[in-house]
Amino acid sequence: MDMNQYLDVFVEEAKEHLQNLNISLLELEKEPNNVTVLNEIFRVAHTLKGMAGTMGFSRMTNLTHNMENVLDVLRSKKIEADITVVDTLFKCLDALEGYVNEIISTGGEGEQEYEEIVQSLTDILDKSPEAKAQPKKKKAGKKADDSNANQKDKGLRLNLNIYDKNVIQKAIEESLNVFQIYVELDNKCLLKSARAFLIFQILDKYSEIMKSEPSVEDIEDERFDYSFTVMVVTKHDETLFQKELNSVAEVRNVEVVRITEEHTEDIQDEEGDKYTQDDKHDTADIDSAAQAQKPGAAKRLTNKTVRVDIDRLDVLMNLVSELIIIKTRLDDVGVGEKTNEYIAALENLERITTSLHDAVMKVRMVPVENVFNRFPRMVRDISKELKKDIVLHMSGEETELDRTVIDEIGEPLIHIIRNSADHGIENTKDRVAKGKSKTGSIWLRAYQDGNNVVIEVEDDGMGIDIEKVRKKIVEKGFEEEEVAANMTQSEVIEYLFKPNFSTADKVTDLSGRGVGLDVVKTKIEALGGTIELETEWGKGSKTIIRLPLTLAIIQALLVMVGSEKYAIPLSSIREINNISPAEIKNVRNQEVILLRDMVIPIIWLHDVLEVPREKSYANKKELTCVIVKKGDKLSGLIVDSLIGQQEIVIKSLGKLLSGIRCMAGATILGDGNVALIVDVNAIV
Amino acid sequence: MGAEKKQFVVFRLDNEEYGADINKVTIIERPMNITRVPMTPHYIKGVINLRGDIIPVMSLRLRLGLDEIDEDENTRIIIFNINGISFGAIVDSVSEVLQFDDSQIEGVSSIISDKALDYISGVAKAKDKLVTLLNLEKLIAELIPA
Repeated sequence: MDMNQYLDVFVEEAKEHLQNLNISLLELEKEPNNVTVLNEIFRVAHTLKGMAGTMGFSRMTNLTHNMENVLDVLRSKKIEADITVVDTLFKCLDALEGYVNEIISTGGEGEQEYEEIVQSLTDILDKSPEAKAQPKKKKAGKKADDSNANQKDKGLRLNLNIYDKNVIQKAIEESLNVFQIYVELDNKCLLKSARAFLIFQILDKYSEIMKSEPSVEDIEDERFDYSFTVMVVTKHDETLFQKELNSVAEVRNVEVVRITEEHTEDIQDEEGDKYTQDDKHDTADIDSAAQAQKPGAAKRLTNKTVRVDIDRLDVLMNLVSELIIIKTRLDDVGVGEKTNEYIAALENLERITTSLHDAVMKVRMVPVENVFNRFPRMVRDISKELKKDIVLHMSGEETELDRTVIDEIGEPLIHIIRNSADHGIENTKDRVAKGKSKTGSIWLRAYQDGNNVVIEVEDDGMGIDIEKVRKKIVEKGFEEEEVAANMTQSEVIEYLFKPNFSTADKVTDLSGRGVGLDVVKTKIEALGGTIELETEWGKGSKTIIRLPLTLAIIQALLVMVGSEKYAIPLSSIREINNISPAEIKNVRNQEVILLRDMVIPIIWLHDVLEVPREKSYANKKELTCVIVKKGDKLSGLIVDSLIGQQEIVIKSLGKLLSGIRCMAGATILGDGNVALIVDVNAIV
Repeated sequence: MGAEKKQFVVFRLDNEEYGADINKVTIIERPMNITRVPMTPHYIKGVINLRGDIIPVMSLRLRLGLDEIDEDENTRIIIFNINGISFGAIVDSVSEVLQFDDSQIEGVSSIISDKALDYISGVAKAKDKLVTLLNLEKLIAELIPA
């Protein structure tokens, strides 16, 4: 049986479920008695079991099966979800993630049996009051008959299976009644199906018909003797049904029996047995069991989504980019001969390509939630490990980032959060001694700022000891003592991002080796982003990561600097002003202008871009100044002239040149020439 | 497997002939508009638009320590691709493709001990001329982010 084609789907769906499981387990920890959460966890384990079974992953199936047993006992309140139980379930989650990772890298689930975890699960079961510990491994396939016999003993005519059991349980949870209604028609009844139809109508009015023996089709075709049985879910009680049904002509007998959980007790997953045997499955068994499992699994995932290969999205993205470039070419072509119609059509085209671009960009955007989700668990584990009291506050999870960025941003964030927890937040004793709250906080925020997405990690720990870093800089020979003494705080912090630089006294498992922050910085810069670190000794630290929002197409302002064309992203531009040279003042060696009561520093793009300019501008009548913003900071960029606004496609400068600080990339203009895109954030 | 024959694109810089592994050559283009990129080493002339891709271009003369000359009708830009990284090199002219086997190629260490010339991987002898074989990776080594 070749399952390889399904491996991708399996992995994708498994990952989603494990994500779900993660969230639910964290909720369970906070509210151990929440039945909804327990049911959700049960459902996930059950689905995963089905999926694993279909793929032939016996160990994973075994583990989830055991999880199910424990969860079942938990949700029927036979045991409490105490800390051991929750910890064990977390370990199960880790084990399942281990299996999925193994599957991703090798295609098979590996050899790991995780016996200790299975043992812990069994131990929990043994502690339950009804430790009948149903030796499922011993019971063979005669289960169906057994449960039937049981049911008949309890007076049920219907043969209930696992689906019915789920339905019944759900109904009971929602405080609805489940009845088995047995109807016997007069044996002189001529039109049995018509009579049955009337009865079904009445039942429909007051309840939902869940099951019918014989089946509804058979009844419609009159393939029954004189009686049939149905199972209904309703909020009404027995007497109503007795009354209504008995008042139908030609009905001889009506029996209404309430179905309770007791009736469903003995219904087992018949499939369960087969998986706990050794690995030589009958493939036919798996198939039939899988058939039964699959519809259940499918139902849970109907999310109206489609999985799309990232490569296909890239192709789509490229085509849209090319379209926009050509549209720009059309703008330049036929400059003298444009008729009104031509212009109108061109504007239409512009509107459509912009919409197309937006739509395609949205397709690639994924909420950061996907990455943030694993952090509460991580912080919880770390705070236990370090014996500190740390809580994580998250906000802005709905902020979206391009898919490729999301994949890469996880590791750097993990490192930064670990740093905060390990080196930032003090232990409880110290915090109380300092007058801080017992619980340390780490804030994880994401929000959009212009053309960027900003992710902040802030902690209220002890901050960074700048003096210690300064000493380290001298110790390691980076700078002389006098130079180091004169460095500003931000210059000192820059050194933390250098490889092999660490001021931690001890190297812990988590951090302190000095290889972390420089890797983080490299990764973030590779994504086209920037990272900054702010700190206050004693109060805490804040790491700010800025990532470009769209990787491909933006609105830009084309300007001339010297004889060269450059593009400035429109989203960074606040306004454009013409200033007279006289307005430029000198404050502490920095040229500034006064803009409506604000003092704004001036930067000559010529200097940044190494374009020769006349140093004396006093004889010019006016200068063109583009006021740009970075977060809250405003700056004025002096250029020679403006060309115009244009939609441009951002092209990477390639591996060799992407390290250049003030260039965010390049674009191809309508005439085929390359114009460089100014990285405002790096200049300001 | 006796002598392995390797093919080289042979080009000229200032009366000297140089060779580069043909497997690493993507295409040879006529000169085109180069957009200057600030804050790059002096031998990087800028970037070009090669059918939609942005490719950095270096003056091989400057890179090898020679003076620049004006371009003429023979000047070409050879586009190389090393491990997925594309870049172009401006040369005076491209002459031919030659094949050398190992016996015709002499290693460098016996001739040159100057580490600064590590971009030379060997010297090949063909009929009546010597072709200096370039180590392309070393040409761009200092540009690749660590």
